[in-house]
Amino acid sequence: MNLLFILFFPLLIGAYLLIAKPKHAFIISLSATILEAIATGFLLYKINETMLPITFIQDWIPEVGIQFSLKADGISGILIGLCALLLPFIVGSTSNTEKANHAQYQGLMLMMQSAMMGAFLAKDAFLFYFFFEASLLPIYFLASKFGGENKSAITFKFLIYTIFGSLFLFIGLIFVYLRTPGTTHSADIETLYLTARNLSAESQGYLFMAFFVAFAIKMPIFPFHTWQPDTYTTSPSQGTMLLSGIMLKMGTYGVIRLIIPMFPLGIGIWGNTAMVLSIIGVIYGSIIAIQQKDAKRLLAYSSFAHVGLISAGMLTQSFDGIQGALYQMLSHGINVIGLFFVIEIIERRTKSRELAQLGGITQSSYALTVCFIILSLGSVALPLTNGFIGEFILLKSIFDYSLILGVVAGITIILGAVYTLRLIQKTMFGNVSRITTEFSTLTLEEKMVLIPLSIFVLLGGIFPNAILHFSEESVMQITQLLK
Amino acid sequence: MSLIYLIPLLPFIGFFVNGLSFPNISKQVAAIIGTIPPLVAFILSVQLFVNYDGTTQILHLADWIKLGDLQIPFDLQIDALSIMMLLVITGVGTLIHIYSIGYMSHDQGFGKFFAFLNLFIFFMLILVLGANFTVLFIGWEGVGLCSYLLIGFWNQKNSYGNAARKAFIMNRIGDLGFLVGIFLLIQNFGSTDYTTIFSSIQQGDVPDNLGLIAFCLFVGAMGKSAQIPLFTWLPDAMAGPTPVSALIHAATMVTAGIYMVIRANVIFELSPDVLQFVGWIGLSTALLGAIIGLFQNDIKKVLAYSTVSQLGYMFMGLGASAYSASFFHVMTHAFFKALLFLGAGSVIHAMSDEQDIRKMGGLKSKMPITYLTFLLGTLAISGIPPFSGFFSKDEILAHLYHHDLLMWSLAIIGSACTSFYMFRVFILTFWGEFRGTEKQASHLHESPWSMTVPLIVLAIFSVAGGLINLPHFAGGNEFLAHWLAPLLPSTEPLGEVSFLSLEMGAPLVAAFVPPMLAIIIFSSKKLIPSEDGQIHGIQKVIYQKFYIDELYDLIIVKPVNFLSVFFGQVIDFLVIDLFVEGIGKIVQYASTEFRRIQTGNVGYYVFMMVISIAIILFMGLKSWIL
Repeated sequence: MNLLFILFFPLLIGAYLLIAKPKHAFIISLSATILEAIATGFLLYKINETMLPITFIQDWIPEVGIQFSLKADGISGILIGLCALLLPFIVGSTSNTEKANHAQYQGLMLMMQSAMMGAFLAKDAFLFYFFFEASLLPIYFLASKFGGENKSAITFKFLIYTIFGSLFLFIGLIFVYLRTPGTTHSADIETLYLTARNLSAESQGYLFMAFFVAFAIKMPIFPFHTWQPDTYTTSPSQGTMLLSGIMLKMGTYGVIRLIIPMFPLGIGIWGNTAMVLSIIGVIYGSIIAIQQKDAKRLLAYSSFAHVGLISAGMLTQSFDGIQGALYQMLSHGINVIGLFFVIEIIERRTKSRELAQLGGITQSSYALTVCFIILSLGSVALPLTNGFIGEFILLKSIFDYSLILGVVAGITIILGAVYTLRLIQKTMFGNVSRITTEFSTLTLEEKMVLIPLSIFVLLGGIFPNAILHFSEESVMQITQLLK
Repeated sequence: MSLIYLIPLLPFIGFFVNGLSFPNISKQVAAIIGTIPPLVAFILSVQLFVNYDGTTQILHLADWIKLGDLQIPFDLQIDALSIMMLLVITGVGTLIHIYSIGYMSHDQGFGKFFAFLNLFIFFMLILVLGANFTVLFIGWEGVGLCSYLLIGFWNQKNSYGNAARKAFIMNRIGDLGFLVGIFLLIQNFGSTDYTTIFSSIQQGDVPDNLGLIAFCLFVGAMGKSAQIPLFTWLPDAMAGPTPVSALIHAATMVTAGIYMVIRANVIFELSPDVLQFVGWIGLSTALLGAIIGLFQNDIKKVLAYSTVSQLGYMFMGLGASAYSASFFHVMTHAFFKALLFLGAGSVIHAMSDEQDIRKMGGLKSKMPITYLTFLLGTLAISGIPPFSGFFSKDEILAHLYHHDLLMWSLAIIGSACTSFYMFRVFILTFWGEFRGTEKQASHLHESPWSMTVPLIVLAIFSVAGGLINLPHFAGGNEFLAHWLAPLLPSTEPLGEVSFLSLEMGAPLVAAFVPPMLAIIIFSSKKLIPSEDGQIHGIQKVIYQKFYIDELYDLIIVKPVNFLSVFFGQVIDFLVIDLFVEGIGKIVQYASTEFRRIQTGNVGYYVFMMVISIAIILFMGLKSWIL
């Protein structure tokens, strides 16, 4: 029952906010996300205790073997944990703005959470697909109604692009589904594993491409990324946080949950290409980030680079690669929403994100600088930050797969430092500019968001084992399928 | 036992308390909070040293990363090498903390400065105490972070910020090599623990790519210890406050690369090609640094190039498998170079932030303690007996003599340059007439006790530091070599050298003749280096550091910046995105016919889509498809 609560509670509150438009939307929304986080925490605690997945299975359309089935195991646990953990901070980041008590805005964020939770929890492939697509709806409205410059054109492109990709996924799913045994067939993900693995290498190759394109657009992977910088830049900060912090993980999760166990032969054919593309993205995105003038756009490219590394690690199909990918999904989510929030804070006060116009903020806000530096260190993977654990394991897995690819991917630790330190210097250091002279210190509400996130960065770097251990069993099951 | 944990923990607490309470506590309190931890850590280290029984102890602090069969724990290792490093770091560290109380007394960021210094000490201790390469890497990158924070300490100035970034990024280039080395070690040994790796190598389990491993580790060392081609960050790092230059960029952090090679000597010993490479890189760096140092006019820049050069000597020693000699030089260099930097700091402090030696002169009478201690430091670094630098440098040279005569001769030339540029700086700063402004002249003063006491203590060590490893011919018993022997390959004894041989004589000539030349040129003839505009020819090339920064800018920085714009504006927009939009256009064209049933409202589309999917699911997918 807990699973159902986690899935539907944000949706209900979100719907209530949208329909009733209550006055105190912020406090309702924040309480709901905190309650959701507690419920999720409780669920994860139970999974961790028993090391057994928790499932909920209900027949939905029995004639065609489609079930309303949910499953939380070590892998989906990481993702729902991420989603539950981040939402209170994303909601909290709206405090003291006109968006805080904007019922529609808050409602959409909560509905978004439900949809993403659904995608991570779905045990039935069509259910996964349903949530995968449904999550587009709230984020589309968030971005197109509350976004910045040129929002309609950009969000429209984002929408069409992702839907276009998902179509391939949908067709691929139906193809496999129709080959499951029995007259009613089954769309249960684990049944699909068995069916798909018995398909010919050629079919698996095509299926791999169909699935991967959908997820590659979502993440995004080079060269499917051109929607991303614009969308991240124009979306309202919370939209960007949802997109980069959690939503893109639906793509990476999809690779682990569906592609790797289903199409080992397909990966055999195309895995190398996909990995090379991912790594090109790592380097390409990092290099573009170096000369960005807009702080938010810089972070968008940085996120693109980071996710490429996650993708490359997963595609090694090794235990290390998948573990590292899961860990890095969590780390990246925490770091990136913290970083986007810092930019939002700067923009609130100065009305600008142009690096050329900023500078010297540390002279008026020491706390902001400290948090920003800690989050950035997580992003550049300094040891004792969460980013190091993720990137260390990912790079190790890629390196074990291929020395050359590992070394090329490793260049990210150099380029990452180049653009991140530039971002720090241009915003925090140097002389104060016209617009940063009266920069006010952090408010209590802002600290309540930034300081815990910064602490997570360090905790994740010092005590990674709790999380690595949590997903170990489930990742092992997947890698055992590959033997 | 638990007291050992306090050694790194105390500086961390100092960092934490000072960092959190800045800027809300007074400078006095911040100074106490900042200085007590390294002092106590030093006392504990001395106690550890005195009671050390010669065995290697591994202290298991906690598990860190567990990945399938791979275990990377937070383990600390106490052995002869780490204890020696502890003494240097906490000893020199404490002195520099005390010095900073005076030096930074007028600075607004006083508490923050001490917090960063403490954090540095913490990471440096982790670096040397780690019992595996990954924990070493924590310290390795951690000190890099502190170096970044401290070089850019006065962060309003953009050029300082640039220097800080440059240091971090160049170190990261080396760190990538190091990281690859760690991955290779994991591949081959399934572990990064020193004991596991070294004992399996010693038992004959030598992987084919051991040379590659050694090379990768050395790439890391090249970054951290500022060797060619990754050395240009170190002179720029002088943008940081002078105590930082003394502690981080002379005495401790930059020697981490040497520490690491000594630590991994089991790996390097079996990779003779790599050792050869290490030696030649060291030699080239030593010569380059010494030559550039000849014509620099910024007192800190001279010392910086001198550091680059001395680090080169240490690597040369390593290349000749003279591990204990190199470590000896690490120690004596820590004393005399910290002394010289602090002395320079004292001068800069008195000169109201003037660093150009052409505008100094005659400071001897105004600052007697600084003068005298700086002189002792200069004698030590020049290799004049019986000061510490003589013994340590001579030991490296003696090994080189038996290892490779060409290397040895070139090293002697570098040595001669060293004693020349050091005396040049010394004479121009302290002797002759004062060449600064009236205002500076009226302000000249000896530094407060908090700055002079560390100078005196370091001067004593610079003079007598040779005793740590006094060779037999000077009546010593080579304490350091024996102390470190269990961790090092057994090297052949060098045999006795006599003062009349070439082996002994050449270094002495290189130590004594150039200072005399310097005295003639800069004291008797009273020549002052010319103004920047009047420097020509080869001298200008050297003064401009062989234009290496400009070269890097041209072949790396500019192309990357160009690529950044090219990828972002051309490839992304004009190639990939155009293609994507093109597909959109085709679809749009094809769908003109269907237009009538569309409303043009995007929200409506999405809504219909989601509803349709749900309906499809409900209606029974199979029958619909077939």
